[in-house]
Amino acid sequence: MRDGLEAVGYLAGESAALVSFLAARLGKPVLVEGPAGVGKTELAKALSRATERKLIRLQCYEGLDEAKALYEWNYRKQLLRIQAEAAGAGWEAVQEDIFGPEFLLSRPLLQAIEDSDPVVLLIDEIDKTDQEFEAMLLEVLSDFQISIPELGVVEAQSRPLVLLTSNNTRELTEALKRRCLYLWLDYPDVERELEIVRLHAPELSETVARKLVEVIHMVRGLDLKKPPSIAESIDWARALLMLGADDIDASVFERTMSIIVKHRTDLDVVAERVGVKLSDGVLGKLGTG
Amino acid sequence: MASSGSSAPGNGARRPRAAGRAIYGGLPESGPPGFAPRLLELADELRREGLAVGTSELLDAFHALEELSWTDQEDFREALAATLAKSQEDRRVFELVFDRFFFRAVEREAVERGLTEERYGGGDRLDLEDLRERIREAVRRGSDGEMRDMARLAIAAFGRQGEGSGVIGVDVQRIRRALELKGEAGGRELPDPDGVPQDRLREFERHLRRELERALIERTQSLPPAKPLRELDRALPSGPLQDLAAVHRVVAQLKRRLATRGHEQGGRRRSAIVDIRRTMRASLETGGVPMRLRYRHRRPRRPELYVLCDVSTSVTSASVFFLSVLHALHDSFRKLRSFVFVERISEVTDVFERERSFAAISHAIATDAGVADVSGYTDYGRVWLEFLGQVVDDLDPRSTVIVLGDARTNGREPHADAFARISERAGRTFWLNPEPRLYWNYGDSVIQAYEPYCDGVFECWTTKQLEVFVNALAGGRGIAPAAGRA
Repeated sequence: MRDGLEAVGYLAGESAALVSFLAARLGKPVLVEGPAGVGKTELAKALSRATERKLIRLQCYEGLDEAKALYEWNYRKQLLRIQAEAAGAGWEAVQEDIFGPEFLLSRPLLQAIEDSDPVVLLIDEIDKTDQEFEAMLLEVLSDFQISIPELGVVEAQSRPLVLLTSNNTRELTEALKRRCLYLWLDYPDVERELEIVRLHAPELSETVARKLVEVIHMVRGLDLKKPPSIAESIDWARALLMLGADDIDASVFERTMSIIVKHRTDLDVVAERVGVKLSDGVLGKLGTG
Repeated sequence: MASSGSSAPGNGARRPRAAGRAIYGGLPESGPPGFAPRLLELADELRREGLAVGTSELLDAFHALEELSWTDQEDFREALAATLAKSQEDRRVFELVFDRFFFRAVEREAVERGLTEERYGGGDRLDLEDLRERIREAVRRGSDGEMRDMARLAIAAFGRQGEGSGVIGVDVQRIRRALELKGEAGGRELPDPDGVPQDRLREFERHLRRELERALIERTQSLPPAKPLRELDRALPSGPLQDLAAVHRVVAQLKRRLATRGHEQGGRRRSAIVDIRRTMRASLETGGVPMRLRYRHRRPRRPELYVLCDVSTSVTSASVFFLSVLHALHDSFRKLRSFVFVERISEVTDVFERERSFAAISHAIATDAGVADVSGYTDYGRVWLEFLGQVVDDLDPRSTVIVLGDARTNGREPHADAFARISERAGRTFWLNPEPRLYWNYGDSVIQAYEPYCDGVFECWTTKQLEVFVNALAGGRGIAPAAGRA
């Protein structure tokens, strides 16, 4: 599993690989938690690439309801149908008619279980929704079926691989956790992040890459509103390549800092703390500089 | 960490031999043999430490293990963790229990089968200086196994076989001192050539402890009783005594929870208000027939907050905690006015809005808030009178007043009537007291005088207690069970 993920450009940690493997084998959903930007969503994308399954994504937000997540009746079409048949047909017949699959608009969750090929279903940022929505998910997650009152139960054609991500902004319900495997993703250590950066920006020289990752780790150590994510280290690496920088010194850092730090107040803190160290040359001692 | 050699519990547990000269009363009774009972025992221990391990989790764990070769310890541990521990806190407890459980299981097995290890006994053939240097090197960058080996060497060299103090913690510290190992001082200076990183040192101490325990078990042929995890070990760093960054992280998390509250509690309100304009618009889709009602969004209550924070010396340890709470509150409430007081009160809203770094804020407050007048002792009575004078016209039923303080007036007039006037004008009044409830109303604490005028009085010196309070503040729910007035 790990090699598979690596082949599609995702360097999974020990636990991430193992839990994904278990999820695929046991057919259980995985709840992935961790700070923003450690690659939770990316893990789902990588899994879909590695298993060559379609990725269906449900982005959660406050106020998301079943009409957006499960299914919705296509009112307009139903209305047209009623008008077309208005004369003659009895109520029974029309009712049979308009509550058929033909008039159902399937939303991500229904799509995921209807699909005849197994898919990867990503339910992103589940903590943004309310508890009622979580409760609604339970049926889908444990039995892989959806009950539609007018139509009956739609059962899964195939077992989707489900990933739920959460930024841990609120406690999820016990019932939901119970149905999931749990995976905590954290920022990788220097060596692994170095590998990740090198994988995505292979042209960057080893020493610059190492220095970059060290700076990123130092920035994460500060008390910031938004610490830089892995995606941002990769962006930064690419930016450095584009600028043709062969070293990270104070002036390069100054110019490109906005790639990794996205808050005005954070910018000041980082400029003050990290900028100074860079010009001191404290950081350069591990690379050849 | 890894106990040496075998990892998974053995399958063929035999009946325990007659326990020898056991100081702990020999081996505890072992359950039925086999793998499944062991796992159940582990689950049982996890439950005792407060994890919600249900039957469905256990079944999952068994299914997961079927898919793996569980002779690989890392896989074995990860599979169990993924199925049994469902949050970051749980995961931490799991790690501790897992280590303890399998350490004990392996040791029990060893005692039962009568396995002993050759231990290196001599000391005089070793160059102690050389040994110290090698250990320091291993602690600095050695792998886990190297550290363990070095721990055993250190015990052999400095452990005074058989005449340890009997208390493992004491022995660990004695050996550490004998090795002249000391942690690096925090700060920016260049690395101290003799120091080793703090976390590595702790890791090494853990190996020492483990090896000492192992030797003790082997010597006495018995297992010490399993102790519950200490509160300190299991909790994520969140106490007020932890460093500021840790406090801040937890408060930041709290802030996010606060932001998503209300929605999760509100659910579908029955008394939703129909938004006529949007309903009509939507009805165009269906030929003018209003098939779907559109509701007006309900705005969450955004309280106006007045926070008064005691920064006198009697609450020094708590005031750092409180100031960081205040700091975090400033990020999430737009209508927040903060005040600090010792002998008199001073508004510091500007300081919080101007400064971002916490250090700068505490510095600004310490130097020019002008809160201490003459004596530097808290004077609650005077503070209320001044507060009334400054803001009485701004208080209205939508405002919430929060007082962070220990209500120790140093014998001065408490002016409870002034406080009553404040609480009357404000919608809600809460008091957070950093002292344990036990100490309230002893000595010069006059919280009793103020309590009748508060909507809730909370004991608050950990982030957990703070969370109880925040729930009460944002949702209104949970005041009754949490406050539990004495």
